Amino acid sequence: MNPRVLAQLARQLGSLALTLFLSSVVIFCAVLLTPGDPVSAFAGGTRPTPDMIAAIRAEHHLDDPVWLQYLHWAGGVLTGDLGTSYVYRTDVVDLIAPRVGITVLLVAYAVVLIAVFGVGSGIVAATRGRIADRAVLMATSIGMALPTFVVAILLIWIFARVLGWFPVYGAGEGFLDQLYHLTLPAISLAVLYIAYLSRITRGAVVSQLHSEHVETARVRGIPRARIFRRHVFLNASPQILAVSGATVAGLFAVSAIAEQAFGIGGLGSLLTEAAARKDVPVVQVISLLLVVVFVVLNAIADVAIAIIDPDSVKPGRTA
Amino acid sequence: MSVAQLAGGRVSTVLRRAATRDPLVVTASIVMLGIAVMAVFGPALAPYDPDALYVGPISGPPTLAHPFGTDDLGRDILSRVLVGAGPSVLGPIVVVTISSVLGAAIAIGAAWFGGAVDAVSSRLIEVLFAIPGLVLAVLAVAMFGKGLLAPAVALSIAYLPLVARLIRALARQELAKPYVAALRVQGVGGGAICFRHLVPALLPALFAQATVGFGYAMLDLAAISFLGLGAQPPASDWGVMIASGQPALLTGAPEQAVIPAAFVVITVLAVNILGARVTAWAEGGDR
Repeated sequence: MNPRVLAQLARQLGSLALTLFLSSVVIFCAVLLTPGDPVSAFAGGTRPTPDMIAAIRAEHHLDDPVWLQYLHWAGGVLTGDLGTSYVYRTDVVDLIAPRVGITVLLVAYAVVLIAVFGVGSGIVAATRGRIADRAVLMATSIGMALPTFVVAILLIWIFARVLGWFPVYGAGEGFLDQLYHLTLPAISLAVLYIAYLSRITRGAVVSQLHSEHVETARVRGIPRARIFRRHVFLNASPQILAVSGATVAGLFAVSAIAEQAFGIGGLGSLLTEAAARKDVPVVQVISLLLVVVFVVLNAIADVAIAIIDPDSVKPGRTA
Repeated sequence: MSVAQLAGGRVSTVLRRAATRDPLVVTASIVMLGIAVMAVFGPALAPYDPDALYVGPISGPPTLAHPFGTDDLGRDILSRVLVGAGPSVLGPIVVVTISSVLGAAIAIGAAWFGGAVDAVSSRLIEVLFAIPGLVLAVLAVAMFGKGLLAPAVALSIAYLPLVARLIRALARQELAKPYVAALRVQGVGGGAICFRHLVPALLPALFAQATVGFGYAMLDLAAISFLGLGAQPPASDWGVMIASGQPALLTGAPEQAVIPAAFVVITVLAVNILGARVTAWAEGGDR
């Protein structure tokens, strides 16, 4: 690999570690800034005796200095001990583990829809003439104003009352049935991002179509399909990838809305429920998880861009 | 389309010319004006008390007396939508105001002082970027309890990086211009350069960013209320109305959820259209 790309990767890895460290500090501070005493939160509705208070403080390291508390928490997270829920008094990891799968499946389903229809419609808009361009522009303008909760209620209305092709509640059993149940939730997640990615793709492809090197390739008589693959799409892909990382990461957060609307017991609905019941330890861990996903996916997108287009990596450029 | 081309002649002529040149923007402006009127005068315009129960039938269809129908508690949906416009618009305004002021202050500070100040603030901005707005808002709810205040403040912080990144780049460009050096040579103080020259030059971009941010903030706040973490029933917030109208979708009374949802979508659509126009204007020149 190009040494400049490697240097860039090393820089990026350092920046990634620093961002993760700082954001974990920000999230950790949430428990310190929360009004009220964590002891009473752990004790629940009961009136704790002095012995119980001492036991709770010792168990959760509440008498340690703040930096040591952070190390306990962060160290725990790294070794799989995610703390204790205020509400359920169980390990957070036991709450999260069974719910991760369904959310990942939902987000993956939405990502496939976004990639196929977002990139596809963007290419159509850029290459199939004025009418197609106008039609896609119109559709994406509307799509960009359709947030997940609106698409969700429209789909529930249409499919529950009128069409009835897809279930509008629950997550289903077994892989195929789950996919079937997750179809409407995935569409509700995807619509806004399909419109967004379509716009980005169209812009990137159009700017390549008008570039000199594509003009030259055309003059040299290279077949259209080959020009598109080798010269247009490949050069447009870094721009598309750059927004994809952030998009996918954002989907994990927005998933909470689709899960709420369609009654799916995933990570997002746990996040919502925990926030409603002021279960700060659970919210902290899920937030941190989402931030890690966000940072790592963005880094992967950056690396992919650097590999496709080493020239984009300028000396001294930071991530 | 420039102001000069439009101006001249009577108001009606000017409006007609504007409508033919840029019908989409004119429509969006009219929609926004309507929403603003609803937000300010909603409670006065509402034909019924929005919280009064059984002013009509339970889950009644649209009729002359209740143009948008009535909800599962017999409340008038039109009145609730009108009264709900205020909080639904005020929330995003708070978010964009706080994020614009703080973001611009940080960005101008970073561009002005450079060096360590710039490096530290840029790093903090990068960290904030990594936490999605919705997540920060939910975290705020877990800490401070349900309601719109905590999520609104959290979203203000979450949107700050977008403003700061844009304004920092523009402020650096502006400060590199010869006239700034000329002012310094003349002995004009730093504060005067900042507030008399730099800030006015940045205002169009800041305003454009705020318009775009308004749409995002409206969607995020409505989502928070939809999740049951923001405004609480029986408040007639649009997000709350969508959530509490959801069960009626299955029983054949879609108005309860679909009408407030339509108001959210139409408002955001109008803001986005205006935002694109304002951004084009701020980036210099017409179109």
